[in-house]
Amino acid sequence: MKINTYLLLTILGCGLVTWLSRVVPFVLVKNFVLPSGLIKLLSFVPVAIMTALVVQNILIFKTGSWPTINWLNFGAAVPTVAGAIITKSLLIIVVIGIISMAVLRLLT
Amino acid sequence: MNDDLTIKTAIKDVIPTLFGYIGVGLAYGVVAQTAHLGILTITLLCLIVYAGSAQFAITSMFVSASPISAIILSTFLINSRMILMSTSMAQHFKHDSLRQNIAIGTLITDETFALGMNKASMTKGKLTPAWFNTANVIAYIVWWLAYVVGALAGKLITNPESFGLDFAVVAMFIGLLYLQMIGDRRRKLRVQLEVILLVVIAMFVLGRFLNPEIALLLATIIGCLGGMAVEEWR
Repeated sequence: MKINTYLLLTILGCGLVTWLSRVVPFVLVKNFVLPSGLIKLLSFVPVAIMTALVVQNILIFKTGSWPTINWLNFGAAVPTVAGAIITKSLLIIVVIGIISMAVLRLLT
Repeated sequence: MNDDLTIKTAIKDVIPTLFGYIGVGLAYGVVAQTAHLGILTITLLCLIVYAGSAQFAITSMFVSASPISAIILSTFLINSRMILMSTSMAQHFKHDSLRQNIAIGTLITDETFALGMNKASMTKGKLTPAWFNTANVIAYIVWWLAYVVGALAGKLITNPESFGLDFAVVAMFIGLLYLQMIGDRRRKLRVQLEVILLVVIAMFVLGRFLNPEIALLLATIIGCLGGMAVEEWR
């Protein structure tokens, strides 16, 4: 597909809404004092959102029926979690994850 | 990772997250091949939109020739989690200039957000624009390169998944989540585990009724509210 007006406009529009989602909060937080309750709430965002991102990859979603488990990803996640607890090194954790997945694919 | 906030440390800190980008880039290359997107289109997507799952969604919507408004709305919904992340991260840069805040916000991603929060738990909440911008810019360049290489390799590799690289992103989030949990000394481990459990249940239940992106957003908010509730009223 050659680049055309349709592709270009879509990319620019998508870029704009994404950029605004990223930047507007920074501008607002810089200029206004957030209520302490909201700050407290936001302090849970890292753990909550990272959990949701992991779960999103371990479950298979299909609207209208209960999510099912992606057993391949689940299987690779087990040694990855073990590696995290033992090594506490992000680089090693990622490498263990990649190797676990490669090995699982080789076996299945 | 340590509590050092220099440019040199930022380079070292960001390296593990780059594996994830390479994995996603290769996987995307194959998708882009089937959608017949050229290197220029892929480059514009990477540099202007710069968001993984949204780029996959946009590409598949290109193939089905969806209306521009529908693609933009989907992108906004998929990336709406950025609003939560940016609001949360902005707390650390309130005293830096507006220009620095805009610079950091422009290139923040799931990965550099998670990395930054991990770093903050080691530095008693202190982060510098120099550290964050370095991590952001390296991530941005590697992201684009990984996608271009992925698109080129997409012609050669018929099955990129067999290398296990596609799991790098998941492994990275597992690692960052664990390090975040044990790194945050201000909060009891038990509360963190309760938040995690709540988010898992919320994702499962909401996943039946909503699309995964909206479920992710709502599950995160539910997790935050639940965390606050158990901390306040126990």
